[in-house]
Amino acid sequence: MEFFVAQIITGLANASSLFLVACGLSLIFGVTRIVNFAHGSLYMLGAYIGYTFMQVLPGGLGFWSSILLAGLSVGVIGVLVEMLVLRPVYKAPELFQLVATFGVILVIQDIALIVFGPEDLLGPRAPGLRGVIRVMGEPIPKYDITLLVITPIVALTLWYLITQTRVGVLVRAATQDREMVSALGVNQAWLFTGVFGLGSALAGLGGALQLPKGGADLLMDFHILAPVFVVVVIGGMGSLPGAYLAAVIISVLNVFAVTYLPQSTLVLMFIVMIVVLTIRPYGLFGREEVAGEHGQVGEPERPIKPASARMQLLASGLILLLAMMPFYTASFSLVFTTDVLIFCLFAASLHFLLGLGGLVSFGHAAYYGGGAYVAALLVTHVNTPMELAFLLAPLGAGIAALAIGWVCLRLTGVYFAMLTLAFAQLLWSLVFQWGEVTGGDDGLVNIWPSEWLKPTIIYYYLTLLFCVGGILLLRHIAHSPFGYALRAARDSQRQAESTGIDTRKIQLLAFGFAGFMGGLAGALFVFSKGSVFPNELEIARSFDALIVVFLGGVKTLAGGVAGGVFFKGIEDILIKFEYWRLVMGLLIIFVVILAPEGIVGSLRKGAERLNLIKSRHM
Amino acid sequence: MNGVLKTQRLTKTFGGLIAVDNVSFELQKGELLALIGPNGAGKSTCFNMLMGQLKATSGKVYLANEEITGLAPRQVWRKGVGRTFQITATYSSMTVIENVQMALLSHYGDILRFLPRAHLLHRDEALNLLDLVGMVNQADRHCAVLAYGDLKRIELAIALAHSPMLLLMDEPTAGMAPKERVDLMELTAKIVRDQGMSVLFTEHDMDVVFTHSHRIMVMNRGKLIAEGDAAEIRNNPLVQEVYLGGGTLFTSEVASHA
Repeated sequence: MEFFVAQIITGLANASSLFLVACGLSLIFGVTRIVNFAHGSLYMLGAYIGYTFMQVLPGGLGFWSSILLAGLSVGVIGVLVEMLVLRPVYKAPELFQLVATFGVILVIQDIALIVFGPEDLLGPRAPGLRGVIRVMGEPIPKYDITLLVITPIVALTLWYLITQTRVGVLVRAATQDREMVSALGVNQAWLFTGVFGLGSALAGLGGALQLPKGGADLLMDFHILAPVFVVVVIGGMGSLPGAYLAAVIISVLNVFAVTYLPQSTLVLMFIVMIVVLTIRPYGLFGREEVAGEHGQVGEPERPIKPASARMQLLASGLILLLAMMPFYTASFSLVFTTDVLIFCLFAASLHFLLGLGGLVSFGHAAYYGGGAYVAALLVTHVNTPMELAFLLAPLGAGIAALAIGWVCLRLTGVYFAMLTLAFAQLLWSLVFQWGEVTGGDDGLVNIWPSEWLKPTIIYYYLTLLFCVGGILLLRHIAHSPFGYALRAARDSQRQAESTGIDTRKIQLLAFGFAGFMGGLAGALFVFSKGSVFPNELEIARSFDALIVVFLGGVKTLAGGVAGGVFFKGIEDILIKFEYWRLVMGLLIIFVVILAPEGIVGSLRKGAERLNLIKSRHM
Repeated sequence: MNGVLKTQRLTKTFGGLIAVDNVSFELQKGELLALIGPNGAGKSTCFNMLMGQLKATSGKVYLANEEITGLAPRQVWRKGVGRTFQITATYSSMTVIENVQMALLSHYGDILRFLPRAHLLHRDEALNLLDLVGMVNQADRHCAVLAYGDLKRIELAIALAHSPMLLLMDEPTAGMAPKERVDLMELTAKIVRDQGMSVLFTEHDMDVVFTHSHRIMVMNRGKLIAEGDAAEIRNNPLVQEVYLGGGTLFTSEVASHA
């Protein structure tokens, strides 16, 4: 019993930073509709900045002022990010801002590395709170007790701010109807900036507060992201009490899991999330999202047409060029091109789902990594011949996608996105923690192709065949009745359902098919590298694909592939430099600002303006 | 029985509110039946139950003597019911003709085909439908850039694609200019006559209602309070009180139209 209480207290204490970061994210999303991927980075900055202040400011007063200063500084950084990076892209299509925040992640990673160095920092103990207090005989760190008190105070202050003040009224009004609020004469730009600043400050505060418990390191940005998303979704988007309750549930469960079932810690929160969302699809305190009453932001998507003769000629030329490659380049460029091709297929498979289906999957790595692992596990454990494993991999990924899609498609919008992310993380956690089977962090190695496929040139042709074939197939299906039905379900589910189209079935099939293609890319990947590690399943990999699709242009058929080539090509050049993330991040931000319709979309527009091609937008 | 559509004691409650209360009516073949009433009377709720968007709390719906209560919208559609929406619902990323082709693809069971080019299928039939609603010269335009009245016409073409026996139109002329309203309703009436179709529609424009409906039902607070032809409804004191409003202005205006 005593132990039980102590565990709960530790859990509650751990919940505190999670809650702060989560309600910041929730607040930002509620008002600006931006899913701020960079929220973890702001949390990390809070920890580093807090640490730096603590080195300078002495004593108890210094410690607490450092935490406040960290929150303030990160708030200011948030304001800058909002004004410099996000303001120019509010008019861009929905979710495009994701890409910008992803650029911010990369930039902050390298800035943190440059300013604070690569070593993990051990957080200083809070002065005057070093010891423990005995609660029913069990030792509880004094700092935990302090956190237990602070969090409700912050939560109540926020609650007061949101429900009782004029600013709070504006924030809540903006959450419900932005256009109306701006029609009533509220300066929307500053409201957004203010909310983004506040949300960032909360993340910074969370980062600084957890210093005595966790310290600061360069990986904490991505590590906090998954739990924070989970908390926000379980609690219900935009709900403060929900975020608090969810943070407590997750943290307390986690403490118990560490004690009783250590191998389940990573998986647990996703299972909780899936259970909660199955029972309450919009989180504990959330409400169903009302789809945009004012139509979509930005220009409506154009009708699609099969490629013109000129484009077909161009594409054939390009494929021919790729096919001739072994005759005019060295083998390392073949390896590079193999990577690019695989990545393009992966991106194209997500584009199919996202662009045509309007289904924003945040966890597409599940099928890419999943396909790779299916092949690797078959080869490792049951000695499957490579050819068979290669064929079974996409099948496995496709079946997984059908199962996951079946659950996720009960939800829409950002809840759908978060649930797909949760499933991807669930797979990642399983692979990571089930070491006996999956090799855990050490991955699975020695997964080579059969003898006849081993030479680089032969494998290159295999990749070329499947990637180009896959991409062309995806494109062909876009023009088929099925592809049209998928777009119909996205454009107007109401009309589609009233004219006999089973939209959920269509979407589910599309989900399975995209998973299948992602799995094919994964299978090609694993045999080209000879090994697979859990990072092929992680959030960062899902984000890569997502960024590429948006960067290339969601509303254009060639978007996925163009973005893939751009992203991989640049990455390959930059990765040789020490601070490549910084450059890459800045580049992404620039592209986002200069080409808000994605690379292909903006090129097409430019060409139309110069009268090089005919507008289809009659 | 000649009824195309029949409801029996159709009821829908939302918590304590009875939105539709024991509504029973029958719609004959070839008939244009208008359902009118003040805002909040339960017309749209009634509509949504007929088409399956809402589940009825109790009561039954029959289509040509076959019970369709509780079927999903897409199943009701397969039985031969087309509908247009109060707020237009079209596929904004497609061209005008592709919007109509979409309904035809569904009608002919082509949706799960992966190989043919969708925009080449049923093109002639779609053109005929567009011709019917006067949109054929705009067939290849992008749907997202059209005027509201044109979108209403496209919706009508979509609803007619599977030659339904019954057409449900929820405020077909809302938000349109007077001339457009007359045109659209005359068009609808003509199609109904030519194809022997039946129509149930809700409408607030009394010009449209009195000119084009064969019979009128009036709803108020969930209940049917009156039923009859234009003259009967116009002179019904209860209807005047809850919906039309009294006064001579209205009657004289109607008289001048007649």
